[in-house]
Amino acid sequence: MELIKIDSHRWEIPKTGDMNTFGRVYSNERMIHAVKQEEALRQVANVASLPGIVGPSLGMPDIHWGYGFPIGGVAAFDMDSGIISPGGVGYDINCGVRLSAAALALPDIENKLEDLADSLFRNIPCGVGSTGTLKLSSKDQKKVLREGSKWVVAQGFGEDADISHTEDNGCMPNAEPSELSGRALERGKNQLGTLGSGNHFIEVGIVDTIFNQAAADGYGLFEGQITLMIHSGSRGLGHQVCDDFLAIMNRGSKKLGFHLPDRQLACAMIKSEEGERYFNAMACAANYAWANRQLLLHRAREVFYHVFSIGPRDLDMKLVYDVCHNIAKKEEHVVDGKKRLVCVHRKGATRSFPAGHPLVSKDYRSIGQPILIPGDMGTESYVLRGTPKAMEETFGSTCHGAGRVLSRKAAKKSSKGRAIYRELADKGILVRWTGRTTLAEEMPDAYKDISEVVEVVHGAGISEKVAKLKPLVVVKG
Amino acid sequence: MSFYRIIDHTADLGIIVEGQNRRELFKRAALALIDLLTDIRQLSPGYTETVTIKGHDLQDLLINWLREVLYLWNGRNLFATDIHIYEMSGTTLSARIAFTAYNPERHKVKREIKAVTYHQAEVVKTNDQWSARVICDV
Repeated sequence: MELIKIDSHRWEIPKTGDMNTFGRVYSNERMIHAVKQEEALRQVANVASLPGIVGPSLGMPDIHWGYGFPIGGVAAFDMDSGIISPGGVGYDINCGVRLSAAALALPDIENKLEDLADSLFRNIPCGVGSTGTLKLSSKDQKKVLREGSKWVVAQGFGEDADISHTEDNGCMPNAEPSELSGRALERGKNQLGTLGSGNHFIEVGIVDTIFNQAAADGYGLFEGQITLMIHSGSRGLGHQVCDDFLAIMNRGSKKLGFHLPDRQLACAMIKSEEGERYFNAMACAANYAWANRQLLLHRAREVFYHVFSIGPRDLDMKLVYDVCHNIAKKEEHVVDGKKRLVCVHRKGATRSFPAGHPLVSKDYRSIGQPILIPGDMGTESYVLRGTPKAMEETFGSTCHGAGRVLSRKAAKKSSKGRAIYRELADKGILVRWTGRTTLAEEMPDAYKDISEVVEVVHGAGISEKVAKLKPLVVVKG
Repeated sequence: MSFYRIIDHTADLGIIVEGQNRRELFKRAALALIDLLTDIRQLSPGYTETVTIKGHDLQDLLINWLREVLYLWNGRNLFATDIHIYEMSGTTLSARIAFTAYNPERHKVKREIKAVTYHQAEVVKTNDQWSARVICDV
């Protein structure tokens, strides 16, 4: 496949064959070689062939082979002539990250790190098949699906300020619970407040470096501050919604009148009945995920109160921000000089809105939207801010994390004989986990270098570094 | 287990199975899926249920079949253990399945499988041998 280098951070796949537009991948000289060897570029080109695509089919620097759409892919579609695709969002609808920061520094907690790790592990349900402590009645479940974070806070599990520091205020208003199958509802009943497994985690960290002091001040971050990061999504409910609608759209694919290069690209016209139904069901799953992360934050705050024998005012653990990285949004963007509503798919990509944008939380409107980029287990994470360049080039989008380079099988092979938890402990990072294979599969070597990924988006100008965080405690399912 | 192979895939998990005929192929595909979740040698079936699956071609039928087997685990904590496909065409199958109910004391769950995907799904017959490939989201 032809790939043309535009500059040190941008490569383009020229429009050929069935493609309706060109593709653009953000990367660097070193990483692009690995990207070329994967199927990911083919997938960027496949997405470019979908009807109604507006602008290029995009790949972020953490791009890797997914199924259908690549992970790290962004694509926007015209509301009238374009499609919506569950595969362009991902199975884990609104998988995302939230970062909170406490009024604590390392000396305040370092004598009790083991206790903190143990207590988080004991009190936050994680791992395959774990169930939450909050069992939902059907009536309450529908409220969660319609209201998201707001419902959880209204039950006393959080603060009002948490809501305004969540993307979309933790709620997509078009959510329609009647679009969910009985199976999706059933799977969601007992999982609210659970972490999940795989690459989901809760991480206690420390602000290691500030790159932009003014932005860090605006976000409430200071060097040496203790932070808490939560990476989780919509659990089984979200997976089932995606699964259900892929099957529905697959059955309807003959109606579409065009050939799908990959069945996993099953889609429907945005304004079709199936398209609307999916968008409204997806919104339910998104709201469920926000409610989930809100409840997880609340439980984590309680753990801190207990382990350090302090109250909420002294802990002062504020939610900095919560971002989604698997979602489809109907957003207004300027295309060829004109404002236009488009449906932006971000699959393993984060929104990156600049200062002044009306959808950026009021507290941050003069700075730009906070962007949270978690490293993989045991490596640093980053806080960035949104930029005008992202609006010009990527429909206000940026990367989401490190992206895998090793398959799980290769990771396990490479880790044979190594005690990953010991290697991390040697670096001063405590790990607690449940899954037999999780640690080896999730080891740092299995992922791209997060700093390199972040340098690409920063260098390309689609988001700007604000701070770097280092992990102290990691809890995984 | 030797009745299936795992395909190396950066983000997800793929399996390849083979069989002498379609029923054996589909049965093995389901057991391979279960073996990705837990060690099938530790399972002892009890409860039985009949399922009927449809698809618009063999590939679609395979994916829908495996989606159902996965849902029975993810949604109802049941591991399909003994599988007898008693009726099958190119677009439909009916099977009687004996399940093992999940017992955390006995059954170690190896991993979460979020979904069976359509990506690169394939059912082919080469000479007298059937083979299938499926990629799962983990």
